[in-house]
Amino acid sequence: MGRYVIRRLLQMIPVFFGTTLLIFLMVNVMGDPIAGLCGDRQCDPATAAQLRTEFGLDKPVWQQYLTYMGNVFTGDFGTAFNGQKVTELMGTAFPITIRLTLVAIVFEIVIGISLGVVTGLRRGRPVDTAVLILTLIVISIPTFVTGLLLQLLLGVEWGVIKPSVSPEAPLNELIIPGLVVASVSLAYVTRLTRTSIAENTRADYVRTATAKGLPRRRVVVRHLLRNSLIPVVTFIGTDVGALMGGAIVTERIFNIHGVGYQLYQGILRQNSQTVVGFVTVLVLVFLAANLIVDLLYAVLDPRIRYA
Amino acid sequence: MRGATHVKWAACAAAVALAATACGGGDSGGGGGGADGIVSSSWGDPQNPLEPANTNEVQGGKVLDMIFRGLKKYDPKTGEATNMLAEKIETKDNQNFTVTVKDGWTFSNGEKITATSFVNAWNYGALLKNNQKNAYFFGYIDGYDKVHPESGKASATKLSGLKVVDEKTFTVKLSQKFSLWPDTLGYPAFAPLPKTFFTDHAAWVSKPIGNGPYTIDKYTKGSSMSLRKWDDYPGDDKAQNGGIDLKVYTDNNTAYTDLTAGNLDLVDDVPASQLKNVKADLGDRYINTPAGIIQTLAFPFYDKNWNTPGAIKVRQGLSMAINRPQITDRIFQKTRTPASDWTSPVLGEDGGFKKGLCGKECTYNAAEAKKMIEDGGGIPGGQLKISYNADTGSHKEWVDAVCNSINKVMGNNKACVGAPVGTFADFRSQVSQQKLHGAWRAGWQMDYPLIQNFLQPVYYTNASSNDGKWNNKQFDDLVDKANAESDKAKAVSTFQDAEKVMVQQMPVIPLWYQNGSAGYSENVTNVSLNQFSVPVYEQIKVK
Repeated sequence: MGRYVIRRLLQMIPVFFGTTLLIFLMVNVMGDPIAGLCGDRQCDPATAAQLRTEFGLDKPVWQQYLTYMGNVFTGDFGTAFNGQKVTELMGTAFPITIRLTLVAIVFEIVIGISLGVVTGLRRGRPVDTAVLILTLIVISIPTFVTGLLLQLLLGVEWGVIKPSVSPEAPLNELIIPGLVVASVSLAYVTRLTRTSIAENTRADYVRTATAKGLPRRRVVVRHLLRNSLIPVVTFIGTDVGALMGGAIVTERIFNIHGVGYQLYQGILRQNSQTVVGFVTVLVLVFLAANLIVDLLYAVLDPRIRYA
Repeated sequence: MRGATHVKWAACAAAVALAATACGGGDSGGGGGGADGIVSSSWGDPQNPLEPANTNEVQGGKVLDMIFRGLKKYDPKTGEATNMLAEKIETKDNQNFTVTVKDGWTFSNGEKITATSFVNAWNYGALLKNNQKNAYFFGYIDGYDKVHPESGKASATKLSGLKVVDEKTFTVKLSQKFSLWPDTLGYPAFAPLPKTFFTDHAAWVSKPIGNGPYTIDKYTKGSSMSLRKWDDYPGDDKAQNGGIDLKVYTDNNTAYTDLTAGNLDLVDDVPASQLKNVKADLGDRYINTPAGIIQTLAFPFYDKNWNTPGAIKVRQGLSMAINRPQITDRIFQKTRTPASDWTSPVLGEDGGFKKGLCGKECTYNAAEAKKMIEDGGGIPGGQLKISYNADTGSHKEWVDAVCNSINKVMGNNKACVGAPVGTFADFRSQVSQQKLHGAWRAGWQMDYPLIQNFLQPVYYTNASSNDGKWNNKQFDDLVDKANAESDKAKAVSTFQDAEKVMVQQMPVIPLWYQNGSAGYSENVTNVSLNQFSVPVYEQIKVK
């Protein structure tokens, strides 16, 4: 187990450098960011040259990348164009997005898995069919439609929620956006759980457990569910990263000043310091989530062991 | 029936969740009505640090407008520059000015405003080392080329044209005659700065201190700013509300939704997609008034194909091939006005706006247009490509409409096409590096309501924003002559003569004047936009 973790951690290093280099190159390809700083008029050449030196944009790209990486390891993610430290931006954006992601994950786990278990145990019954149709609908509607619709209905028409989230983004204001972010994944979790459960109800160990005379509840939760959760956990694990990075649309709709907003601003203003910094952290989150998922396998199914 | 209980539980969780959010909603942030009422307003994240000489876009400009007052102020209705902190500005030769500062003004931290407050601020703004994006505003002052050379290091740290005479007086020597120069002093870049700006710059930037009707109470970069009325403000344009809460919106659609839900008092940028509903949603609470912005099509004169006598006819023909009224109606829902000169209606007749100055060259006439383009040898390269940035605004829609109009006139589906560029920064860098060889969308937002500002920085030979590198001696001479004119009316009419040269040359095609569009809630009254399409915040009254 220990060796496995070390090996996985070592594998992360090339992935980490590869992704950051790619992002760095992509942002640089988009052209000269200083040109956009002065609005519809041309920056005066002397000031533009000064700004370029200040942000290190006058050096060749490979050198910019090396300096940037060197700084990152000392915890310096550079400065955004508005004069704020990127670490400062991260400090405000990440807690908000993490909160939003947590709300989404909780929805996925609680609603998704419960619905999956219910339908998996009652295959072919009306409940099952209803949930299947419902999840199909959710999957086929893009999140921005769900988001705008809920905002309009709950926020404007019925006045149940505020249409926009306040800058501090307290947990209670994030519930509806969280539901929107989670919606598609939630439907997949339901379907995955359902299939897995339905498959395993006929497994030998379930029959044995029932034959032993265990109460049904114990059979379902301890034996059936635990074994059926492996694909679901894999999905949710990889989803953590996807939710954090992919919340851009939802964050825009509900005016949440999280990672998606900062990334969007960074890309629009071609601020490579912001974009690369945020993506670097997101890459780390992705890698960590994948590692945790792999380690969880062993916990869920003791037969899976790593050398 | 275990499954059923699961479902029930999930339903309950959702219900609890909704109830909890409901508890969160409702209060719209403190303050009573009347003179203490707080107005909440939409905002965008300022692109640059909030320093007077470093802010060149509307979002940062809004704040400066509230916390600073300069020597002059533009009347929000007429655009006329009137004395604010200036007691008098005198000159005999239109080149040497003596400025006297009024008594009794202080910064909100109690520091007295003197001639030095201005001179230090201007020297700071002009100095190359400080990276101020509006440094060129000080370009008329003598010695600017020393503190802000075009390349290399500055050889002086102070503008030689600025001299403090005594506590109340300072003199300014310009590098050329410029009779309207005192009228430029209402621009925020010319604001005075307190000592703490220089001694503790980081602290000042995180919470700027100024001398305007409002003070900054709380500033969370990138998300919100609370401004409160400054009770001891000595000016006569005191705030008529208790304060302004600016909220950054990631999307102006969300801001509009918040307004219709009663969660926000003022939106100063109604999204294009909502223009169709805005009358039904807001009725009289929708404002659509001209702003000092003109949009144009610019051409590359560094490309010899566009710099021929024939190309003049082509450009005039293209101008006549664009059906301006139709596009402003259908695409912009009348938030633009067809342009017929190169200035803006906010200048007023006296200020130099002249409707119809461009005449038939800017009027749609399909038959004549086609003839002109063909007479001029056709569109250079056989096809007109109009470049625009696709990331913001609704540029694609109108560029396509303009092309459509030209194609119809030419009877050729490929005579004109749009050429999108991914980001604004990339678009601007292509424009400034002279990489474009077709037309591109251009625009000019005035710095101050003067006809000079609409012409000289954009069309004068080698001017800072003359991106197409157009040059014309006759035009330059007329501008110089107008600047030396001491009589304002005469100066204005000479500038208009210069504009007439543009009719004959058509260096850029004027398209339309942009309006400011805003909407407000039932909680507030007396909302208006100034010529910069910024709300006149201090006049807003809370019910």
